[in-house]
Amino acid sequence: MYFSAKNLTGGYGGVNIIEDCSFEVDQGEIVSILGPNGAGKSTAMKAILGILNNSSGEVSLNGQDITKLKTQDRIKSGISFVPQTNNIFTELTVQENLEMGAFLFDGDINKRINEMYTLFPIIKEKKDQSAGELSGGQRQQVALARALMTNPKVLMLDEPTAGVSPIVMDEIFQHILNIKKQNIAVLMVEQNARQALEISDRGYILVTGKNAYEGNGDYLLNDSEIRKSFLGG
Amino acid sequence: MDFINSIVLLCNFLIIPALTYGSQLALGAIGVTLIYGVLRFANFAYGDLMAFATMSVILVTWYLQSIGVNLGVLPTALIALPFGIIATIAISLFFDKTVFKYYREKKSDPVILIVVSLGVMFILNALVRIIIGPGDVVFMDGARFIIKAREFKDLTGFDEGLALKSTQLITFLTTIATASLLFYFLNKTKTGKSMRAYSDNEDLALLSGIDPNKIITLTWVLVSILATVAGTLYGLDKSFKPLAYWNNLLPIFAATIVGGIGNPLGAFYGGFVIAFTEIALTYAYKKFFVYILPEHLEPNSLVQYISTDYKFAISFAILVIVLIYRPNGIFKGKVI
Amino acid sequence: MRNNLDIKIAFSIMALLLIMVGFLQSWGVALSIINLCLISAVMTMGVNMQWGYSGLINFGVMGFLAIGGAATIIVSVPPVPEAWDAGGNGIILSGILLAILIYSIFFIHKKTKFKFKNYIIFFLVISIIPIMKIIAGPSIEAIESINSATTGFLGGFNLPIIFSWFVGAIFAGMIAFVIGKVCLGLRSDYLAIATLLISGIVISVVKHEEWLTRGVKNVIGLKRPVPYEVNLQNSEWFIKLIEYLHSSKLSSIEIIEERSAMLSDLVISSSGVFVKLSFSLIFSIVLITLLIFSERALKSPWGRMMRAIRDNEDAAKAMGKNVVKRHLHIFIIGSAIIGFSGAMLVTYDGLFTPASYQPLRYTFIIWVMVLLGGTGNNYGAILGAFVVWFIWIESAPFALFIINIVLSHVDSGNEFKIHLIESIPYFRYLMMGLGLLVVMRYRPKGLLPEKIIKN
Repeated sequence: MYFSAKNLTGGYGGVNIIEDCSFEVDQGEIVSILGPNGAGKSTAMKAILGILNNSSGEVSLNGQDITKLKTQDRIKSGISFVPQTNNIFTELTVQENLEMGAFLFDGDINKRINEMYTLFPIIKEKKDQSAGELSGGQRQQVALARALMTNPKVLMLDEPTAGVSPIVMDEIFQHILNIKKQNIAVLMVEQNARQALEISDRGYILVTGKNAYEGNGDYLLNDSEIRKSFLGG
Repeated sequence: MDFINSIVLLCNFLIIPALTYGSQLALGAIGVTLIYGVLRFANFAYGDLMAFATMSVILVTWYLQSIGVNLGVLPTALIALPFGIIATIAISLFFDKTVFKYYREKKSDPVILIVVSLGVMFILNALVRIIIGPGDVVFMDGARFIIKAREFKDLTGFDEGLALKSTQLITFLTTIATASLLFYFLNKTKTGKSMRAYSDNEDLALLSGIDPNKIITLTWVLVSILATVAGTLYGLDKSFKPLAYWNNLLPIFAATIVGGIGNPLGAFYGGFVIAFTEIALTYAYKKFFVYILPEHLEPNSLVQYISTDYKFAISFAILVIVLIYRPNGIFKGKVI
Repeated sequence: MRNNLDIKIAFSIMALLLIMVGFLQSWGVALSIINLCLISAVMTMGVNMQWGYSGLINFGVMGFLAIGGAATIIVSVPPVPEAWDAGGNGIILSGILLAILIYSIFFIHKKTKFKFKNYIIFFLVISIIPIMKIIAGPSIEAIESINSATTGFLGGFNLPIIFSWFVGAIFAGMIAFVIGKVCLGLRSDYLAIATLLISGIVISVVKHEEWLTRGVKNVIGLKRPVPYEVNLQNSEWFIKLIEYLHSSKLSSIEIIEERSAMLSDLVISSSGVFVKLSFSLIFSIVLITLLIFSERALKSPWGRMMRAIRDNEDAAKAMGKNVVKRHLHIFIIGSAIIGFSGAMLVTYDGLFTPASYQPLRYTFIIWVMVLLGGTGNNYGAILGAFVVWFIWIESAPFALFIINIVLSHVDSGNEFKIHLIESIPYFRYLMMGLGLLVVMRYRPKGLLPEKIIKN
């Protein structure tokens, strides 16, 4: 697999929130991490990024072990992350948000920004506005675009559709599908499990910090037990 | 004619002094606001940092004067400025590494950082008074006036004189130039933008690959430049007195909050707001009204809202009004 | 248990140091250090209540001290009848008017609701100054013109000066109420800046309102709660007491003239010590009373609630505690104690000099005392006051001693040496800064940390 995290264990203050979790994503694939509240989904994300101080496990990207790298170096190696909240620079303009996203990007920034504007046409219209003035859905697009600026190989999303209306949710999922077409490995944590599985190639279901189920989207959607427990019937 | 005289009068006693004082406050307030925006605490040592910076400039100025270097009509201190800036950067970074860094890494409460900045304040204050003494130092040389009141009268034939000290013009121009450069840097360059990004959202800045240590070092460098320029301009205009810088810190804080703490452009305007209000409210308008009103309406009191003894009260009143009605400052704008 | 031990050791060392000063320098010096330590300890207890019990930053200590100081004048100085005749009525009238204005502003703010409310309040606040100028201006001018070289102010009520300590506390509490109403509830850093500015305004007032405090012309020769040296020297019981205390020494001298000369020397030097000792006694009573009360308060349900609010404001709010109101109470009480100590200080000095109030000395040194001694612990605050004041006074002779040793080979006309010796007063600021930074870094809770009270 292109990007894998194996046997992740860790938490805060000596209490392990996740235990022995493993995830894999291939290029051009969308993989969702699902589960009830408090299952450790966001903690798993942090462990993969190396933000969690005391965690163990192995993370590898394209065959290279990146476990030893610090968060900033993992980002340099091609992973990009969109946090659930505070995921844009509200005081900066949309364009400046994208420029900051490309802080580590060596190529032609303007070209890359224009590519983002084609991918997310709505934010082009707002490019000179403060990102904080945008609507929830537009902010989320800015956040995605910012994360894509470095031309990452892996995109990690922490609940990209939290707190947005169903219409905006569909729109965001559509954008994520477009991102997948660029041969990027997408790993996302989602609360809206059913909708997320509909666009996902595969999914993991975490329960109390452990891998409970995994499989392709259709399988998870159609398994009656999983439906009952996690997808609300 | 009387109308023109009254305008000249206001220029001489209100507008020119307020522009000068406002420039001094504006530069100081930008410095305080930068520290607040990036390092997230109110630095009570800032007044004494300005005093230290000015002292360094004075020492170099004295050396330059002793070897006979000068700038003709301009004050020698302008050549000494870069040396003062270097000394100030050095001491700022020294205190950052030895003092502030520890609390930053521990993510201490801002209140603790305020208290710690008091310690730095004491040390800087003592250093300045030990090195250069507590007294007044006049280090202004070159031409004192661009135009004197009498020359102006002779030139124009007005009854009112208009005096423009060279320090006043230098202060204003330098402030505009420094502030413009700073705003260009913050808004147009990649590093400046990354500084704003860091101030806006530290975590996301880290995720974008912005190096926090570089940003913090850069902030201290900018703050030291601003402190040196502001301190030197103030010292040239008035005279150097260590405790005067401490007293200036209060209106500077007021300007910072009025402009929205963490907002450099707001701090810039805030400096002028405080200066103009302070001077406009403490100026005695009697002579002004004598010019513009018919004789029987002339006032017999000073027509002064409040005596200059209470200028602190003006900063405070503005501060309280702003804090109650517009806690984020009266200027909408980008917060660093 | 361990904590108690620390307290005993710390205070014993302090006592030992003070006794050493007594032997090495003089008992007069030692006692004046002790007296100022005691006064500072009262100040630090006030600040400690605000900062240590409830995390409020009050950088306006200097202002409250000055209010207390001004109270001594209003209470103890004899009235100036001519001045009262000239402008007394005007001042009383304007005082009443001012009170009405302030009350009506609060009333409009609190109790009414209409469209242009904020503008009306703004207008009223702005108009206070011109109104006061028109109403009180002529009276002030009249008062200040009467005998301006010696009086030029209203004088006071000619009451015993001890009253002024309580009056100072009440004044400070009243001002704290107004400030607290406006500023509490602001973010902590804003509160720090706001209180600092207010203390600047208070100093401007006592400096420039000459009709009230004589301003920069100072008031000297204030009353005392203890006897004057001259009176002691002429009172029989005091001479007898000294004679009795030194009887063995005196009886060894044969010649009568020499003996009486020695006795009068002893009486003169002892009278100073006796006065200071009397002050120490009164100050100690104040401090101990205050300590007992605040230790009780700290252990009471009220103290528990204050600490709970400090440690987790949001949780306290969620439990239905009115945090701002509690903060207002503690702000008033703490400021009143500071005002009390301000009056004590002026009483001890015997003069009121508004121009001498500097924030470094009268606000931030007090803060260093609290932070160094132990935030949230009364014994710590008191220890901090003693240690810091001791260093403050003794660092100058100490620095001189060090400079003379290190530069003993340098001739005394050397410019560098002269410069250093002239700079000695500033070395103590350096010590304060270093001390503060070291304590904040390595013992962030102070020398005597807050005791965790288990319930």
